[in-house]
Amino acid sequence: MDQFILQILNGLDKGSAYALIALGLTLIFGTLGVVNFAHGALFMLGAFVAVTLSNVLTLSHKVVDETRTDFLGNPMQVDVPYVHDWFGVTAGNAIIDWAVPLAILVAIPIMVLIGFAMERGLIKHFYKRPHADQILVTFGLAIVIQEIVKYFYGANPIPTPAPDAFVGSFDFGVAFGFDPNAIIYPYWRLVYFFFAITIIGAVFAFLQFTTFGMVVRAGMADRETVGILGIDIDRRFTIMFGIAAAVAGLAGVMYAPISSPNYHMGMDFLVLSFVVVVVGGMGSLPGAVAAGFLLGILESFASIPAVIDLLPGINQVIIYLVAIIILLTRPRGLMGRKGVMEE
Amino acid sequence: MSNSKFSRRGVLKTGMVASAGLAVPQYLRADAHAGFTNAPSDSEVILGFNVPQTGPYADEGADELRAYELAVEHLNGGGDGGMLSTFSSKVLDGTGILGREVKYVTGDTQTKSDAARASARSMIEKDGAIMITGGSSSGVAVAVQALCQEAGIIFMAGLTHSNDTTGKDKRANGFRHFFNSYMSGAALAPILAAQYGTDRKAYHLTADYNWGYTTQEAIQSSTEAMGWETVNTVLTPLTQTDFSSYIAPVLNSGADVLVLNHYGGNMVNSLTNAVQFGLRQAEANGKQFEIVVPLYSELMARGAGQNIAGILGSQNWDWKLENQLGDRYSGTNAFVRSFGEKFGFPPSQAAHTCYVQTLLYADAVTRAGSFNPCAVVEALEGFEFDGLGNGPTLYRAEDHQCFKDVVVVRGKENPENEFDLVEIVEVTPVAQVTYAPDHPQFAGGALGSCNPGA
Repeated sequence: MDQFILQILNGLDKGSAYALIALGLTLIFGTLGVVNFAHGALFMLGAFVAVTLSNVLTLSHKVVDETRTDFLGNPMQVDVPYVHDWFGVTAGNAIIDWAVPLAILVAIPIMVLIGFAMERGLIKHFYKRPHADQILVTFGLAIVIQEIVKYFYGANPIPTPAPDAFVGSFDFGVAFGFDPNAIIYPYWRLVYFFFAITIIGAVFAFLQFTTFGMVVRAGMADRETVGILGIDIDRRFTIMFGIAAAVAGLAGVMYAPISSPNYHMGMDFLVLSFVVVVVGGMGSLPGAVAAGFLLGILESFASIPAVIDLLPGINQVIIYLVAIIILLTRPRGLMGRKGVMEE
Repeated sequence: MSNSKFSRRGVLKTGMVASAGLAVPQYLRADAHAGFTNAPSDSEVILGFNVPQTGPYADEGADELRAYELAVEHLNGGGDGGMLSTFSSKVLDGTGILGREVKYVTGDTQTKSDAARASARSMIEKDGAIMITGGSSSGVAVAVQALCQEAGIIFMAGLTHSNDTTGKDKRANGFRHFFNSYMSGAALAPILAAQYGTDRKAYHLTADYNWGYTTQEAIQSSTEAMGWETVNTVLTPLTQTDFSSYIAPVLNSGADVLVLNHYGGNMVNSLTNAVQFGLRQAEANGKQFEIVVPLYSELMARGAGQNIAGILGSQNWDWKLENQLGDRYSGTNAFVRSFGEKFGFPPSQAAHTCYVQTLLYADAVTRAGSFNPCAVVEALEGFEFDGLGNGPTLYRAEDHQCFKDVVVVRGKENPENEFDLVEIVEVTPVAQVTYAPDHPQFAGGALGSCNPGA
């Protein structure tokens, strides 16, 4: 039972990341009709916003410490962060410690701007081109973004820890009457899950309860008619691209403490996220979210040693196996709409 | 009706055979060289440095390339000479190799076997490289080693830790200075017993590829030999980035030690996940739960940050060896000084092994008095040397594996900077990590005979 609960928690956590990325992908596909293979790169850029802010907050000047020597035997030059000079050591360390949560505030405008730039600068020129062209150009863009990040940050993962307050694990075992250590789960992963739920809820509420959202939904259903009514749907769709970029970016910022960011992390998520979108149903936002959590949970269960012993290799293929089964039985995915990608 | 003796099918067959003959790579044709492949001119000799310049191990590749540049500089008489002054063999005098100036070309392995073979082939066929060296993966090392054997080129492996490189996939033209999985197991086991006791239950997470298997086998057999029990072994996909679902069941498995047979990004992520799940603070079977990482890499330890604190692992070499353990490891400080003054930070173990391999090749050619690969093989086989940072070392003739002390390290609790992440716990003497050439973990291959390409 405890293993079951633990893997459900794990699945929800994995599913959170899948759902957030798939949500953005579906938003872009649903509004602009573009299959955006650069979406994983936006997730990665979000994580690197956290890395960059952390680097900025630890910007230092050198102070020579005569009492110590460096590896060459010269007097050691110690880095002293400017925030220590400005705010004192205690307050300075607290600011550095909270770099990742602070990065959320920075990431929103940055990612929206990057989204605008991507859409206006490149992707809008491919609206009327075949999907294959869109995939090629966005995939190429993803590689360019990756290589730029690698040029500046290197290929190694960069540790970006969560604030000290969230280091450690919550013992569900003690809290809910199981044995101690039976179900422990890291605080930051719990934070990630609730953060994802909040973002997903906010996006749905925005689309459901605002006039802007209503117009966007109308545009997703029938772009031509909305245009004839005199509404500049293109401008709204550009804004939605920015919002989708921000969602992917925020997913990346919060993911940085879970897995040290590296330039390739977007690609690692991209393929899985596309499977999530297809399983959920192309163009269906609730489908993307539901499929994200479903596949996350299934992937977690497939990684249990007893399951691997029973079906060797199942952990590596489970997502694709489920995708095949769902697409064979429900060709439009779990919640796919008729007519999407079927012209 | 034609009376011609040439049938259409016959002409096609002849044409195809002729085309295939012309398409055979130049290095496979005996008439393309005099005695051996890519004989150098009188003025210069070209070495091929095949390292990951793109992909996940690009930073390690960059460090290898720095070391190669330094080695070439020292061989040509530049800089402070580095380890040339400490090397027990004194035939290298800074005038290149056999009087020829050392030049080099580079290739990008991308840490993919096919790309690595393609870049090595290009350096051999187009650039005339007489020796190929480098790499940061056992898959790449095994693939390039086989290519060099076919081509009649010496391969001086870079960072490759799988038993198979000098085990079932060994080749006469290939040489490995770096240590291997067996040695990690043999070096770590007594220290694990001393630190954590002999009554332990281990749970292995293993990267699902060749290096992972040999490392798990080595650690498992050496820890079981001293009394540990292996509770479970689980293979994890190489592409995995989030190991939470593999880590989560560990605490309830009855194990009290987690062995992470992972390298690179896998190691960074699995270790980070394990620490996040509280394994370092947990108790199991009435004991403190422990984590072991058999193969440490300073460059990758940086990615794991504070999570490596207190974690035991093994290394081929460490830049602090001579300062902490004395003259036995002479050469270390000379290399660290050369490298540090040129690049501003201490070298990694990958850089060290690549630098040493270049010097060993140059030395073997000089002692042999010939660039002929078979003469080089003869010079390297059974060669005993010292002063290159690892203490007295033997290049064993039977499998072309170097035998030397193995460094056991622990992640520092309070590192002073990003280059000082591990502390040396102990050095396991070479006698304890030496094995018979026909040891079961290395069975299944044959060295064969050297191929000069003729």
